[in-house]
Amino acid sequence: MATIGLLRLPDVYNRLHATTKCDTLGAGLVLLSLALQSEAAVAIRLALLIIFILITNPTAAHVIARSAYVIGIQPLIDRGETDD
Amino acid sequence: MIYEQTLDLLYAIGAILVMLMIFLSMIRALAGPTAPDRIVAINIITTYTMIIITLISRIYEQVYFLDIAMVYALMGFITTIGVAKYLEKGALD
Repeated sequence: MATIGLLRLPDVYNRLHATTKCDTLGAGLVLLSLALQSEAAVAIRLALLIIFILITNPTAAHVIARSAYVIGIQPLIDRGETDD
Repeated sequence: MIYEQTLDLLYAIGAILVMLMIFLSMIRALAGPTAPDRIVAINIITTYTMIIITLISRIYEQVYFLDIAMVYALMGFITTIGVAKYLEKGALD
């Protein structure tokens, strides 16, 4: 789903919107399903990975969006291409 | 026994599907019109690779692959932050 959004959407910000939430929650749920059916020592490491992903992935998306805004990529709504 | 084998087969199928998603994301990383598109694609590829390493550690029952996955996620985060800061300021200091 995140890859479909990455391939089809027309703008950097739209692609970030599609990929960040799908990717973070998808990876978190895969790791959670692995953590629920393994023993304690493995589950602790998987929980650390989930917490790490939940912290770093939105931070990375924020930094990418800020750098894209700073180097001058305008969002779609400023180009006058809305459909009303 | 048959339950374990079926579960391992399902994990292998999931890992192969995630690998196909990596190839589709690589299309965007190659053809992205601007540099932040490529950074987004590489961020996604890093997360997918970490999921594949975790599934492989589950299939082969190797616990130490989880540490490798953690280090890989850390390196991907640092890569994304570094390239985005380089784009933003023109230097890395």
